[in-house]
Amino acid sequence: MPEFLNELLSGNEIFVGSTIMEYWGGLVTTVQLVFLSLILGLILAVPLAIMRTSRNPLINGPIWLFTYVFRGTPLLIQLYIIYYGIAQIHGIQQTFWWDIFREAFYPALLAFTLNTAAYTTEIIRGAIIATPHGEIEAAKAYGMSWALRMRRIILPSAARRAVQAYSNEVIFMLHSSAIASVVTLVDLTGAARNIYSRFYAPFDAFIFVALIYMALTFLLVFAFRKLENYLLRHQRPVNG
Amino acid sequence: MKKLIVTASAVLASLTMVAGVAQAQERDLRIAFDVPYEPFEYKDENGELTGFEVELAEAMCEEMSANCEFVIQAWDGMIPGLLARKFDLIMSSMSITPERAERVLFSEPYYNTPGGWFAREDFDTDVTDMAAMEGLTVGVQRGTTMDTYVTEEMGGTVTINRYTTADDMVLDLEGQRLDVVFVDYPVGEQTILTKDGFKEVGEPVKLGEGVGVAMRKRDADLAKEVNAALATLKEDGTYDTIMNKYFAYDIKM
Repeated sequence: MPEFLNELLSGNEIFVGSTIMEYWGGLVTTVQLVFLSLILGLILAVPLAIMRTSRNPLINGPIWLFTYVFRGTPLLIQLYIIYYGIAQIHGIQQTFWWDIFREAFYPALLAFTLNTAAYTTEIIRGAIIATPHGEIEAAKAYGMSWALRMRRIILPSAARRAVQAYSNEVIFMLHSSAIASVVTLVDLTGAARNIYSRFYAPFDAFIFVALIYMALTFLLVFAFRKLENYLLRHQRPVNG
Repeated sequence: MKKLIVTASAVLASLTMVAGVAQAQERDLRIAFDVPYEPFEYKDENGELTGFEVELAEAMCEEMSANCEFVIQAWDGMIPGLLARKFDLIMSSMSITPERAERVLFSEPYYNTPGGWFAREDFDTDVTDMAAMEGLTVGVQRGTTMDTYVTEEMGGTVTINRYTTADDMVLDLEGQRLDVVFVDYPVGEQTILTKDGFKEVGEPVKLGEGVGVAMRKRDADLAKEVNAALATLKEDGTYDTIMNKYFAYDIKM
């Protein structure tokens, strides 16, 4: 640890090297968990959203049920069911699945991915439905196939409409990830709880972690503003 | 205006006097417990609060001729709740530690139970052999003396999973996420050994300075009374009667 940090940290008993490292470990876990679940959730959500807009109830129905279940129940309950439920399946400990689900990380990742996929599906579906008819008709008039229309016209225009709502979902996901600490995962909140229970200093332990969450949120807001500027650049005044 | 102040102070003075008299006769005390923590504090079939510490608290209140009210408080918020004056005493198996003593005032210890190791039937590793324990996963309750012990003694060797409740921990021991748990002995006895397929491993470890009644630092007079009452109970046999009701072994301190 650098000299200036040691000096900065002397004179308090809570923020010593070991607790800072615990927070750092928590930060890494939180970022990994949130980042991976958002990426996987988004990859799942795009095809699901397209299927959700289908007029065929056999395609549309199951997706509706999936989003309804995952948006209709608390994330904490989903996490409990996946984490403790999987361990109760008879004989799972003898299969290769157990290598994955033994750790708390993967059940949490699965719960978060499915949850954010459900919300993102509905966000993208809303954006797809709101595509102006004129754009679709024009594409058809050019003789574009369904796939080409989707790729060139509908999805890019839906992405522009979805990005603002999606940035909220990303920030909510970051904050929801705090519940990962209830299944023994030492994420940012888990680290704060450990440190709180060691020193009985709720203000120090939790305000510090709240500041880290705020800094992360600030980074996300900044990144999404850049992305929005990029996607919506055609709406800017020409010499603005 | 002056008259108003005089009247107000007269009213205040009389109120203080009334309160003073009431305090001399019977003081009100609120005691916090975290349930269920069998057999120390739990609710019986009728929903009545009972257990070793509850009965000891009742006896102590009688000894101090105090009017006691029992409060249920989750463990996480115990010390903050005490400091925020939600209650006046904690008698919920709170082990005396230097970190806690920074925040609260402890009475003399009134009991001490060891930490015990519990695992599934097929576990055959020596828990004191660090080389054999390498890479195993140990479960503890977050912020307990067992947590501190495992963190300090085995921190680099084993993976430590920390739980808020003993129930969650036992569930993960059952589900084979944990190889062994280190938990307050009576709790392990009640929640783990009562199930099939589990056993005690190794020797129980005596930890720390025992369990004391926690109070706010400024309540030094109260602490004196509590210590006196506990000392009387330990001497006149009341303590032993209550202890023998709940334990087959000695936890007296």
